[in-house]
Amino acid sequence: MTLQLAFFYLFATVAIISAVMVISSRNPVHSVLFLILAFVNGAGIFMLAGAEFLALLLIVVYVGAVMVLFLFVVMMLDVDFAQLRQGILQYAPVGALIGGVLLIELILVAGSFVVTPEVASSSAVPFVEGMSNTEALGNMLYTRYVYLFEAAGLILLVAMIGAIVLTLKHKPNVKRQDINAQVARKREDAVEVVSVESGKGI
Amino acid sequence: MDWLLPSLDYLLGVPFLGLGEQIGFVWKALLLLVTLLVFVAYVLLADRKIWAAVQIRRGPNVVGAFGLLQSFADLLKFAFKEPLIPAGSDKVVFLLAPFITVLVSLAAWAVVPIDEGWAMADINVGVLYILAISSLGVYGVIMGGWASNSKYPFLGALRSAAQMVSYEVSIGFVIITVLLCVGSLNLTDIVHAQQEMGLAHMLGVPWLSFLNWFWLPLFPMFIIFFISALAETNRPPFDLPEAESELVAGFMVEYGSTPYMMFMLGEYVAIVLMCALTTILFMGGWLPPIDAAPFNWIPGAVWFVLKTSLVFFMFAMVKAFVPRYRYDQLMRLGWKVFLPISIVMIFVVAFVLQLTGWGWHGGMA
Repeated sequence: MTLQLAFFYLFATVAIISAVMVISSRNPVHSVLFLILAFVNGAGIFMLAGAEFLALLLIVVYVGAVMVLFLFVVMMLDVDFAQLRQGILQYAPVGALIGGVLLIELILVAGSFVVTPEVASSSAVPFVEGMSNTEALGNMLYTRYVYLFEAAGLILLVAMIGAIVLTLKHKPNVKRQDINAQVARKREDAVEVVSVESGKGI
Repeated sequence: MDWLLPSLDYLLGVPFLGLGEQIGFVWKALLLLVTLLVFVAYVLLADRKIWAAVQIRRGPNVVGAFGLLQSFADLLKFAFKEPLIPAGSDKVVFLLAPFITVLVSLAAWAVVPIDEGWAMADINVGVLYILAISSLGVYGVIMGGWASNSKYPFLGALRSAAQMVSYEVSIGFVIITVLLCVGSLNLTDIVHAQQEMGLAHMLGVPWLSFLNWFWLPLFPMFIIFFISALAETNRPPFDLPEAESELVAGFMVEYGSTPYMMFMLGEYVAIVLMCALTTILFMGGWLPPIDAAPFNWIPGAVWFVLKTSLVFFMFAMVKAFVPRYRYDQLMRLGWKVFLPISIVMIFVVAFVLQLTGWGWHGGMA
């Protein structure tokens, strides 16, 4: 046992416990917070495996942005906890079934997973000694898989535009701030200096 | 158990007492922590003094000569007050929030190179690490605001969630332009790149090293980074999560005594981190501004602290001068002004680098 192994067991244990807490805690906000903890521990395991770029990307993207918005939405929900727990017996068999299928699949995949030295040498892109994780990933993504990478980016762009189109509504009769008009306004448009004789008015 | 002794040596070794072969990581971390906290105490005082000077006040001047011990007096005051936890709050999350703020803002300092080779962990993905850790800072604010179970803190938390996520995007893009010029995610490499190439080398005056630094070629990005750093750390004029004129004190309303102090501490450590990051990315880190006789006698760490203090002085002046932004103006600035400019700048910088072959190539070129 080495220090790395000790840290692996620490991260793995916390990740599993927090994953269980995600589905078992009563308050949905606590569930989200435990999910974040599970993500951070997953990043720790990535780090131990030597994939430091993936580990930090997981934290930047999932923990730093996606989960913040998730938490944002869950906090705004007005959840009735008693009502939430009522249907649990009804849904439990379906959930158990899906979980069981996933578990069997995972066991089958993990059971047939073999790493042989021949496979490592015949991988898609040869491993270069002394190349950092970030460089290796970049070399793969932007040369060999560049079309797939661009396609993934396009799909995300379409999703983003779709979300904006669905939510953007231009209501008529709403006063909006037009910054350009404000900035372009001259002194003459706004102020008029009038010398008024006393007792006469304008 | 033969792994235990090297690990203990790595963590706790004290070579001059005959314990182990290297200075333990824990001692170095402790030294950094204490230095950082003392620096933050004086940064806090400087903030108040500068603010006071702009408004023609004296500022704190009672505790110690010129008020030099004011921050420590405040620390004692907060530590000895009774901590109050609201009855309707989620107690665990309520107390966890300030801890997360402090922990996250201190953790980011692990990769900051204060001088050549002085980084606690000189990792290859240093910039990404800082970006990842500082993106966690928002959780302290959100958790604190939600757990207080009260209106104003919750409004402050919602504001900060959107604000910090928005400005992280433009900070990320600004960092990408710097990384394009450097070609490495390592913070030490970023400083080395500013030493070994740049405008001063092109003009044939390599001793004018401040012309080498990235603030000059990437000047628009420097400005965007500075303003985004203000928004990211909830500094005025973007301090909408606490906006005392509308939300009393925002997400911190229900906090008092030690938890409040930890929020303040975490916030200021994060501010100093952003100043240090500006120094590393744009102002040459520990390098002297003029690489000639009297200037390069001064050790690099001193230059680093001086530059960080200069950036903080600008932070403090902005706080004193600029009125608070309205929330929709803040969002407009982030998404409609900074984001397009920084995306266009990424393409421009990449285009210029590709066309001219400038940029740092690991010191080999």
